[in-house]
Amino acid sequence: MFETLSHLALQQYWWIIISLLGAFLVFLMFVQGGQTLINTIGKSDIEKTMLINTLGRKWEFTFTTLVTFGGAFFASFPLFYSTSFGGAYWVWMIILFAFVIQAIAYEFRTRQNNVFGPKTYELFLFINGFIGTIFIGTAVATFFTGSPFSVNELNQSRWETPFHGLEAALNLHNLSLGLTVFFLARVLGLLYFMNSIDDESIFTRARKHLLYNAVPFVVFFLTFTIWLMLRDGFAVNPNTEEVFMEPFKYFNNLLTMPIVTILFLGGVVLVLWGIISSLITTNTSGIWFSGTGTILTVFSLLLLAGFNNTAFYPSTHGDMQSSLTIMNASSSHFTLTAMSYVSLLVPFVLGYIWHAWKSINNTKITKDEMSSDDIHIY
Amino acid sequence: MLESIDLTLINWSRAQFALTAMFHWLFVPLTLGLGFMVAFMETIYVKTGDPEWKKLTKFWMKLFGINFAIGVATGIILEFEFGTNWSNYSWFVGDIFGAPLAIEGIMAFFMESTFIAVMFFGWGKVSKKFHLTATWLTAIGANLSALWILVANAWMQNPKGMQFNPDTARNEMISFWNILFSESAVNKFLHTTTSGFVLAALFVMGISCWFLLKKRHILFAKRSIIISSVFGIIASLMLIGTGDSSARDVATTQPMKLAAMEALYTGKTQAPLIAIGLIGDSNDDPVTPESEEDFLFKIEIPNMLSYMAFLNVDAFVPGIKDLVLGNEAHGIMPYNEKIKRGYEAQQALKALKKAQKSDPETYKLIRAQFEDQQWINNYFKYFGYGNYYDPDPEQLEKNAFKLVPSVSLSFYAFHIMVGLGMHFLALFIVVLWLTFKNKIETKRFILWTAVWTIPLAYIASQSGWIVAEVGRQPWVIQDLMPAMSAVSQIDSSSVMITFWLFAITFVALAIAEVRIMVKQINIGPKEGGD
Repeated sequence: MFETLSHLALQQYWWIIISLLGAFLVFLMFVQGGQTLINTIGKSDIEKTMLINTLGRKWEFTFTTLVTFGGAFFASFPLFYSTSFGGAYWVWMIILFAFVIQAIAYEFRTRQNNVFGPKTYELFLFINGFIGTIFIGTAVATFFTGSPFSVNELNQSRWETPFHGLEAALNLHNLSLGLTVFFLARVLGLLYFMNSIDDESIFTRARKHLLYNAVPFVVFFLTFTIWLMLRDGFAVNPNTEEVFMEPFKYFNNLLTMPIVTILFLGGVVLVLWGIISSLITTNTSGIWFSGTGTILTVFSLLLLAGFNNTAFYPSTHGDMQSSLTIMNASSSHFTLTAMSYVSLLVPFVLGYIWHAWKSINNTKITKDEMSSDDIHIY
Repeated sequence: MLESIDLTLINWSRAQFALTAMFHWLFVPLTLGLGFMVAFMETIYVKTGDPEWKKLTKFWMKLFGINFAIGVATGIILEFEFGTNWSNYSWFVGDIFGAPLAIEGIMAFFMESTFIAVMFFGWGKVSKKFHLTATWLTAIGANLSALWILVANAWMQNPKGMQFNPDTARNEMISFWNILFSESAVNKFLHTTTSGFVLAALFVMGISCWFLLKKRHILFAKRSIIISSVFGIIASLMLIGTGDSSARDVATTQPMKLAAMEALYTGKTQAPLIAIGLIGDSNDDPVTPESEEDFLFKIEIPNMLSYMAFLNVDAFVPGIKDLVLGNEAHGIMPYNEKIKRGYEAQQALKALKKAQKSDPETYKLIRAQFEDQQWINNYFKYFGYGNYYDPDPEQLEKNAFKLVPSVSLSFYAFHIMVGLGMHFLALFIVVLWLTFKNKIETKRFILWTAVWTIPLAYIASQSGWIVAEVGRQPWVIQDLMPAMSAVSQIDSSSVMITFWLFAITFVALAIAEVRIMVKQINIGPKEGGD
């Protein structure tokens, strides 16, 4: 069935999958956001243990989504992988270290003889939450603002600054997305705490901090979005594949793709509703509204970056023609076809994740459970 | 030509990748095998309802969890490093190599991470049957992820199912099944995963023997010994069988690796296999035209190498010098000819790129060449050799010897791996027999041997990868891409810094992991399971 699709249709299909994976990844970064709040929300050791355990049952989903996002991006748009990873070396290395220390922190934190003490592992979790969110957000912003690289006729790439990606942090527009993701992750983390833990004082504290984090989130989000709507974008001429600057490109993309606009606006409303409803009522389902909203918003933002003849990884170093588009950066027709068959497994994967998630989260975490002998405690 | 290459960058990039891969492989094999053993134990628990088996399950499951975390932590590094350090590689073969990585994520990692959560947090929350299913799926998921990354590795050693597209300057997939079911992929998967089973069996058996030595948890230990030694014997037999077929595969796809593994300089018919040997000083690396076979001491098995490689005692096994200098009688093309042909293919690509914009006629002509199967088999096949070209014939001859991997490292790693593999099988059999005879507790020497065989299992496992990865140097993609043209263009100082950061992190993690593990073993299994 996929064989008959055109190369372009497959490229678009895969850009949708990449965007969806990216959207789920940002939603699942509630784990990272939560990790930066353990000491703020948890006042006693048992409270901290509850917070860490509720996140600890989910961290692998975020981690696996990140790994799969990387793998799927590699398989479908290998030129992005080679150009960005090989070029923005330091950015990816820093993100990498932030995730390496997370992967052992949960398991090792409370084990006897863990050499560095529980505080060190809690610090690892904090660093992961702080760096993971800000750096990934900043890196994704370069999909709109561009990076200094060039690609030669053999498709070998070169980064044109010695900072190897760190220069992206000097761009305020990039940073505004980094901080948006950081505060969004914290908002989602708080909503998740409120939903998954049955404890009065944690609930009250989380709600208080929800407001403190929602305000900067909204400010940074608006800054990023308004700026994005106003800036010139990297457009591609579909016939010549020539890249040129187009005023209000991303705003135009919204106008040209009304479905994306609806997804985007619907997503924003859901995120806000999740926050507001949790602030004004005592219901605990905010995470589902804000989570779904996050997925829709990020999904539509990534579609803006790659669809409607837009270069999704623009080159700013004089050589705009090196910019990557979903056409010139993709895998072959054959590989995309093969991978598309594999993608049919995704609904099945989502199904069993949902089933397993529900079977573990059907009872909320309580203080009693933390001293249970029968269950694995981090 | 070669002088203009920045060797520091290549060496640091290789060092960083080797460091990560070897460190990752300290943890993976235990996960591969222990997952199944825990699943067996839990199956018995569910069938019998005997809480003693739950205790067994939970103890080994806890060690599984500690070990699993660090495997996850290091696995992501490898995935990133393909891009960060080997970006030209990522483009040149990304169309083929990316797919297994993505499938690994979609098919295997989610399975592992979802069901491991049920396995650890589902006790009492989900039904016994669902829990048991989750334990099995965790084990299967771990081995599935091994499948895809090993398929990718096998493809690098024996590239198949693809064609070079000069327009995009990369290799493109033309057959998914040829990649998945190539003989190399099947051998690599079976040999590597069964080696993990053997290591895990030795781990469980060694720790159980230690409990017996300390006269603690006697019943627990004996049951664990039975599970692990039976599993170990079956896995060892499969390991030896797939090792044998791997050797035959290497003989045809990577003859230089086989020659290095045996330190065979001059080819022979009825070639003997060296059982034990000590290499002398004079044929140490790097190999030059003057290098000669030099053993201080060796014990040989007559005809065995010819038989192992080609199932025929009279078969000719080419040596390192036959391969480099060529051997007309046996139809072996010398490396300098391969280098010239590879260079010609590289020049054709350059000419095509030049003509692409300005000269459509010439472009069409060269483009047709890249489609011509005969030209592909005679020229493009040696594409990577072209990097070693030099217009000066003398220098070219010297460059040809740079295509020989480290002989001593390949030789020793291979022989250590094989020798230890035999020891493992013998030990499993002895321990199982003594346990059935109910004499195991009194045989302190055997018990201590089992304990000290745990580190040997890790040495054998690492040696296996050294054979596979050092033996194929300098190729990243066999015959098509040497390490020097795969590397990302970043300054070597950056790679040096990240190398040391990784080294420090790994040492710290390893210390923490070993101490936590030892402590948990010391605490031992608890009543009621946890």
